[in-house]
Amino acid sequence: MSVDQTHFRKALLNSALPTPEGLSDGRGHPAGARFSVYRNNVAVSLTEALEVSFPVIRKLIGDENFKAVMGVFLRQNPPDTPMISQYGATLPAFLEKFAPLAHLAYLPDVARLEQALRESYHAADGSPVEPEILQSITPETLMGARMTLAPALRLVRSRWPIHDIWTFNMEPGAPQPAGGPQDVLITRPEYDPLMTSLPPGGATFVDALRQGNTFGDAHDHASVGITDFDLTTTLGALIAGRAIHAIATGDTP
Amino acid sequence: MLDSTHRFTTLPAAPGVGYKPQHFAQIMADATPVTWLEIHAENYMGDGGRPLAQLRHLSEKFAMSVHGVGLSIGGEGALNADHLSRLKHLCNWLNPASFSEHLAWSTHDSQYLNDLLPLPYTPATLTRVCDHIDQVQNAVGRPMLLENPSSYLAFDESTMEETAFLDELSQRTGCGLLLDVNNVFISATNLGLDPRAYIDAFPLDKVGEIHLGGHDEDADDHGAPLLIDSHGREVADPVWALLDYTLARSGPRPLLIEWDADVPDWPVLQAETVRAANALSHIPARP
Repeated sequence: MSVDQTHFRKALLNSALPTPEGLSDGRGHPAGARFSVYRNNVAVSLTEALEVSFPVIRKLIGDENFKAVMGVFLRQNPPDTPMISQYGATLPAFLEKFAPLAHLAYLPDVARLEQALRESYHAADGSPVEPEILQSITPETLMGARMTLAPALRLVRSRWPIHDIWTFNMEPGAPQPAGGPQDVLITRPEYDPLMTSLPPGGATFVDALRQGNTFGDAHDHASVGITDFDLTTTLGALIAGRAIHAIATGDTP
Repeated sequence: MLDSTHRFTTLPAAPGVGYKPQHFAQIMADATPVTWLEIHAENYMGDGGRPLAQLRHLSEKFAMSVHGVGLSIGGEGALNADHLSRLKHLCNWLNPASFSEHLAWSTHDSQYLNDLLPLPYTPATLTRVCDHIDQVQNAVGRPMLLENPSSYLAFDESTMEETAFLDELSQRTGCGLLLDVNNVFISATNLGLDPRAYIDAFPLDKVGEIHLGGHDEDADDHGAPLLIDSHGREVADPVWALLDYTLARSGPRPLLIEWDADVPDWPVLQAETVRAANALSHIPARP
């Protein structure tokens, strides 16, 4: 009796199925529970990969719940690539629809933040523009300039205080999250991603720049419905995060 | 390509270690007696950041071995073309002294299962695996080493011994072999075979690298010992003895310590590499 890989895989991912026939212990007995070594390797190694990538989700729901929920996730969404450090990109969407955790409505956005941090960590390096170059541009020229932002830059916008939830769980002594929405900018000054909670309009500004709008147009977008858009803080986060990688001032001589 | 051109064209017959990022500073300061490092290819396929920056530094000091764990060379379906091109890209960039993969499958219908799954040893499997090895060696543009698996069960349909299967693969494709002595000990114990007879039957002249790692002990439904390839502790004494038995027949080879789970502080890992250096020191070099 031969065991094909379709059959083998089905039994791997579904513990309710019997061990496939045609497998033995090498001594004349059917393989029996020996098959569970592979079942266990698959489930445990994938759960561990998700633990590494989503430590705050694990803290928020507890270790036992995390293992149980990831057991459901990994059977519905096995990896589609051997690059296991990317596994779990669909976890936020899964959590969005996972009824038993619906009462923790902020979980999907926290998972998005963790996913964005991981993407930033592995993103291409690029070379940031030195701050002096930025300072040497006149305000008039700056308004017409377009910027290329770092490959490691990510934005996560949320109606939940995701920045504070993350730091409260990961940084000793961080304050308890207050209510309210938070938009988080992720930059990577060197090798470690850096999170900044942006002021109102900040995410709109960064997103507009990222899409190729001029500095002036991005500022206009960000100011819609917001009195005193805090450009200084937003631009400061981009500069401190070494996230501006090119400035095109095409309309200047 | 990195500017370490051809300084390390082969792995030295000396201790090496599976690289873990938490050991970076200590390894760069003093890794004695380690002269080469092995990385899991899949952990270095990102676009940038710390992982690739560390590799740049390490490759200036150490011979590097790229060890793939996700290519699914034994898969029934076609190889993943994207993954193959990522491997090629990594090897072109790093220019490692060695590239290796496993006799196993892990992907089926585009689902990656993150484990090294077993194969029946039949003429049909042999043909398929040979085709895949040819594809890999052509794509990556260099010969590869193929590693013997650790087995927890056997296929009734197998018609060949694992050693004969690997020998035939190597002869047909020109690939070298990576002999994991811990895997030999695990498989032999689990399937009731003699590990020394396995070494006696293994084509040792094809071995370009030897792996050593720790295993856990369990038991099956009948109370028979079931060893698990955990890479989470020191190499067991009988595995060191099997290494001595192997080296006495093969001559010196590059020896890698693998420790992938519950990774200890560097001095613990370093002590294992000293033990590997001692095992090599008793073996006269061969022409």
